[in-house]
Amino acid sequence: MKKLYLLDDAIISPLGFSTKENIKAIQEGRSGLQLQQKPETIETSFYAGVIEESLLNAAFVGIGDIKKYTKLEKMMLLAVQQILAKNKDLDLNETALIIATTKGNINLLKDPGNFPENRLKLSELGQVIANFFGFAQTPIIVSNACISGGLGIAVARRLGGIGKIKNALVVGGDLVSDFVVSGFNSFQALSQEACKPFSKDRNGISLGEAATAMLVSTDKPESSGNIALIGDATVNDANHISGPSRTGEGLYQSIQKALKEAKISANEIDFLSAHGTATIYNDEMESMAFHRSSLQNTPLNSLKGYYGHTLGASALIESIITKHTMLNNELYSSKNFGELGVSKSLTIIQENQNMEINYALKTASGFGGCNLALVFKKE
Amino acid sequence: MQQDFYIKNWVKIKNGKVSNSEKVIFNSSETDLSIFFKAVYNFLELKYPKFHKMDGLSKLGILGAEILFREHKISPDTALILSNNASSLETDRQFHESISSFASPTLFVYTLPNIVLGEISIKFKLQSENAFFVSDSFNAELLKNYSESLLTSGKSSEVLCGWLDLENGEYDVFLCLVSPEINMPFSEENLKKLYFAENEKPTSRT
Repeated sequence: MKKLYLLDDAIISPLGFSTKENIKAIQEGRSGLQLQQKPETIETSFYAGVIEESLLNAAFVGIGDIKKYTKLEKMMLLAVQQILAKNKDLDLNETALIIATTKGNINLLKDPGNFPENRLKLSELGQVIANFFGFAQTPIIVSNACISGGLGIAVARRLGGIGKIKNALVVGGDLVSDFVVSGFNSFQALSQEACKPFSKDRNGISLGEAATAMLVSTDKPESSGNIALIGDATVNDANHISGPSRTGEGLYQSIQKALKEAKISANEIDFLSAHGTATIYNDEMESMAFHRSSLQNTPLNSLKGYYGHTLGASALIESIITKHTMLNNELYSSKNFGELGVSKSLTIIQENQNMEINYALKTASGFGGCNLALVFKKE
Repeated sequence: MQQDFYIKNWVKIKNGKVSNSEKVIFNSSETDLSIFFKAVYNFLELKYPKFHKMDGLSKLGILGAEILFREHKISPDTALILSNNASSLETDRQFHESISSFASPTLFVYTLPNIVLGEISIKFKLQSENAFFVSDSFNAELLKNYSESLLTSGKSSEVLCGWLDLENGEYDVFLCLVSPEINMPFSEENLKKLYFAENEKPTSRT
């Protein structure tokens, strides 16, 4: 199948309103997670990465009316705007718009404000983004739990592979809504401290919000130093809808299939961008799948300590950071890691370091038993 | 030579009527959702206690998949590609209502549309490709293209694809099994023809 080239990207998160600001924050070890108090929603305080609405409005006022759009829409619109501003020749009649989200504007369920009821619909969110910029094609909306953002890139490659699309803008976004805070709290899955992926003392996730966008194309750019998606797979665990497989079966199979498609072996992978949510079961499952895949010596990180779990955006953000990790030949530390707390050995990146990176693997897993693996190559 | 694919069988569930490519297989005037789902479950003589714990969207998916898969030897790499308008909003609203008294973890897990893909995968032991798409109305072009990409790239040998919508107690289900076995050619036109046939009120923003 054809390769898919990763071109421009933008990240709107508590770490900054551009990819550059986000990378800088990660290089400096800064986290977007802060202590939150929402006594009307949950009794205990918790850590989450939340975007200050006044900062968002100050940035958005330059491109649109802040009252006409929801918080998530403003975040997504800003991300897309940054990319289109740098790619003025992009033909929006021919460019697919792929949107990845788990819950979209779910906060409108509690507080609809002046927005019509159908604004809750994910298709409406897609239409708002498309209409704002004039994308002619019906948006493709992927809502597949926490693999959505990465699956969005795979969808672009797959449709590109049969010649149905050439360029696509893949957009991901989700909010820290009372809805998801209540939900993960009901699961007793929220950490009291900032989340600690793969650590012995981890005890749950921190939520985060972000929007992100990436321009992709099946056409190879003329300039050198490009990152391409060369293998992708999703495999369902077929085990449990809210807990991962103990053996990491679906993730293991996803990795094997993606590597096979990329025609490389596990020992050629220079860097592994893990899902690493910091729940007891998720991180343990990942260690099983990585070990079974002979990836225990491959340097890996989880970015959840910087962003929290940004749900439908997470695998897209992490793919973008992976792209820059590869282009910069710079491995970023797995924030909040202490002592290894999973049963199989892993090589967690504890300090930023320079290293030549030619192949990288991004993985993600989510509710419903879904798993995803993406193999990237530097050319 | 490029392999051709066919819509081997399909199932529709709407307004109390359950039909496949050959005939109407069940008909009921029952308007209470859970009673209707139970009636179809009993009619199919399903023995799957987990069914009763599922939300409406997952029940619809299990019933539809059961009808397609029971007469067909399933390949373990059969992909599940479903789509709808309402995502999981039916359960989202129920969970939202529960928050003020007791936020229910069993409801929360169903507040994602792809959970039904997990339920079908568990019931039929499918460790395969999954994707859930949301669109305003039935998007035959996307289902056709995405299924075709999985089939022609060899990621899947067969695909269960279709539309599975539930909102405000109204359901609209059209699932089809796409296979190399000859029946109706797998095309955007045929998907549309089947979905819109005798469908007086296709799902869409009103």
